[in-house]
Amino acid sequence: MREIHIQEVTQVVKRLFIKANTCLGEDVQTALRKAMEKESSPTAREVLQEILDNARIARDEEVPMCQDTGLAVVFVEMGQDLRVVGGSLYKAIQEGVRQGYQEGYLRKSACHPFTRANTGDNTPAVIHLELVEGDRLKIIAVPKGGGSENMSGLKMLTPAVGKEGVMDYVVERVREAGPNPCPPIVVGVGIGGTFEKAAILAKRALLRPLGSPHPDPELAAMEDVLLERINRLGIGPQGYGGNTTALSVHVEMMPCHIASLPVAVNIQCHAARHQGAVL
Amino acid sequence: MEEPIRLETPLTDEDVEPLRIGQKVLLNGVIYTGRDAAHKRLAERIQKDLPLPFDLNGQVIYYVGPTPPKPGRPIGSAGPTTSYRMDPYAPLLLERGLKGMIGKGKRGKDVIEALRRYKAVYFGATGGAGALLARSIVHSEIVAYEDLGPEAIRRLIVRDFPVTVINDVLGQDLYEAGVRRYRRESPG
Repeated sequence: MREIHIQEVTQVVKRLFIKANTCLGEDVQTALRKAMEKESSPTAREVLQEILDNARIARDEEVPMCQDTGLAVVFVEMGQDLRVVGGSLYKAIQEGVRQGYQEGYLRKSACHPFTRANTGDNTPAVIHLELVEGDRLKIIAVPKGGGSENMSGLKMLTPAVGKEGVMDYVVERVREAGPNPCPPIVVGVGIGGTFEKAAILAKRALLRPLGSPHPDPELAAMEDVLLERINRLGIGPQGYGGNTTALSVHVEMMPCHIASLPVAVNIQCHAARHQGAVL
Repeated sequence: MEEPIRLETPLTDEDVEPLRIGQKVLLNGVIYTGRDAAHKRLAERIQKDLPLPFDLNGQVIYYVGPTPPKPGRPIGSAGPTTSYRMDPYAPLLLERGLKGMIGKGKRGKDVIEALRRYKAVYFGATGGAGALLARSIVHSEIVAYEDLGPEAIRRLIVRDFPVTVINDVLGQDLYEAGVRRYRRESPG
């Protein structure tokens, strides 16, 4: 059986969080440039240019693109033919987060919900572990900012409202969020499953590269319609008005209970950060 | 594009009265940082009639919790945080002479009304452009509440710090005006 030592996991998690916070993905930068070409508001174009300049400075100077370096979310896909040795996988991931936020000069944003006392090292990370076939370990680091996370929402809809009702809910969430989540945003939508599964689907949807529609043509068409409707809201970059409120809408769907129609909307700011590695 | 207006802090009534939504402003001089936890403490001190760690008169507060600086840098990444969480405290600070706030996102109607009453403005800085904005901050020192970590109150010296007027002394709101102009939905 293939073995992997926890020390390797810690090192990789550390490296991924530093990289995710300093290097904005090429897919996001391409989407921002395309938006600039189509944007009719001069103020909006100026904001998009600032965001692109910011990404360049962050990468060149190795400083975080945003001061909100996020709560640490980690998606792990573990092959069932792989054995983790040397200790606890969960603890190794937490240690990687601790080291990454310390050594990478990242902000520690984790605190007690009531006293608001900072935990001091940005742990605990939120870890989603999934067992898959094979003998590899896939780790995706997602530093998730608070401003956009706060604008997210979940609703258990009545099945009768159907696809239109789901789309109306998504568009209303974005309208209500307005300038707060740092548009242009990426919108992750999770439909179906249960209460918690819809939320995880929505977050997972954010990890898909921008510019790659859902393989299911029905969902791909829904993503197009949602993007068009959202960009007609006029909110624009930073909410100053414009045609670019969202860069992309990603939908994931699965069957749900005969009595339910869960829908979750996870909003992601333009600093759409995630970095992955396969061990 | 219109030329940006250069302003030196502390701000006076004469500085803020002519400002209008959508105008670009370059701020120079001293500004203070403060976000959720610091605002709670400032408000508690005002309510108990205790002295504040800095004189609010004519000052500008920047809603930011920066990342730790790399060696040799005055500050780390330093973009704005979402402002509505400071809404419960802002009118009280404006009453005590605060002239400007820098953040991002919508303000409540009590804050917008207080801006009109006490002649002050709300500026927006580009959210998520923390690396770019940090280049306009030349000095940073903690002046209060060090125990709050990223939420401590810092005294910053800024040079041509770029902001946009979001709410002015007339009670106007750039977010509403911007959406009205670019909205393409059919009514109903």
